[in-house]
Amino acid sequence: MIGLIGKKIGMTQVFDDIGRLIPVTVVQIVPNVVVGKKTADVDGYDAVVLGAFDKKKTRVTKPYGGQFAEGITPTRILREMKGFEKEVNVGDKLDASILDGVRYVDVTATSKGKGFQGVQKRWGFGGGRNTHGSKFHREPGSTGQCTWPHKSFKNIKLPGRMGREQVTVQNLKVVRVDAAKSVVLVRGALPGPRNCDVLVRKAIKKS
Amino acid sequence: MNLVQAIQAEQIKSELPAFCVGDTVRVSFKIVEGKTERVQAYEGLVIAMKNAGIGKTFTVRKNSYGIGVERVFPLNSPRVESVEVLRRGKVRRAKLYYIRTKVGKKSKVKELIVSKKPEGGTEA
Repeated sequence: MIGLIGKKIGMTQVFDDIGRLIPVTVVQIVPNVVVGKKTADVDGYDAVVLGAFDKKKTRVTKPYGGQFAEGITPTRILREMKGFEKEVNVGDKLDASILDGVRYVDVTATSKGKGFQGVQKRWGFGGGRNTHGSKFHREPGSTGQCTWPHKSFKNIKLPGRMGREQVTVQNLKVVRVDAAKSVVLVRGALPGPRNCDVLVRKAIKKS
Repeated sequence: MNLVQAIQAEQIKSELPAFCVGDTVRVSFKIVEGKTERVQAYEGLVIAMKNAGIGKTFTVRKNSYGIGVERVFPLNSPRVESVEVLRRGKVRRAKLYYIRTKVGKKSKVKELIVSKKPEGGTEA
């Protein structure tokens, strides 16, 4: 699957050819380096290892730096792309033009952290009414039965830390691919704050 | 945000004439009907401008057979072919919404008379 590592820049709007104003997220495609290749004979599956965001050679540990062949600058991020549909070699630099002709993408990123949140925000519980003598406002309510099973089952929805987890948004339309500016404009919002790392892949469910 | 600004700058129209609230303008608006395209002219008084970056809009009000009609145009839209200033208006407000409730002479806007500069420029 074709995919690239990028950076979320922010949102804006663009006009399409019939004059509609479309909300887009600007994703900067930093130069992606092909760090390695996995083959079915050796590793059991075909994949391309992409790296992005250069790191100083002196700042990486030897085990981490050992993954990079001679002449390739170590990178902060490494991502494997299974079944990369373009023929690439180790050391190649990939830019946004790879996504030319791709109509829909899936974007993966780490969402914004929301802190410790209650059940209404975290799980969408309805809550109770605020007035008319109600004493049940935003509480989680019951977490199980009584004598049997005499415990709360695992995976009960309760308050806790929300966000800052990997989120994939599927089937986002590619509005424009600008290789000169090395940006991709994707329709709609993406997970994560500005300047976060994102993975832009060709959509698996829509083409 | 420089990259975002660069993308916006690509779309901002520079060839349109500067016009203000209170001016009477003629907007040439492209209409797509199936496969054919035609340009429709819409003439009226600019009663508001909303500055929202690339999505900047202006509202044009006219009286069509006794009925007030208002249309909102996105300034930078590719469908706005041209804007022609027919008459400049002398107004003291940024939004002329009060005109909606006025009839007769009170619904008119006085013309802005600008003294000509020595170089011949008519800009205020």
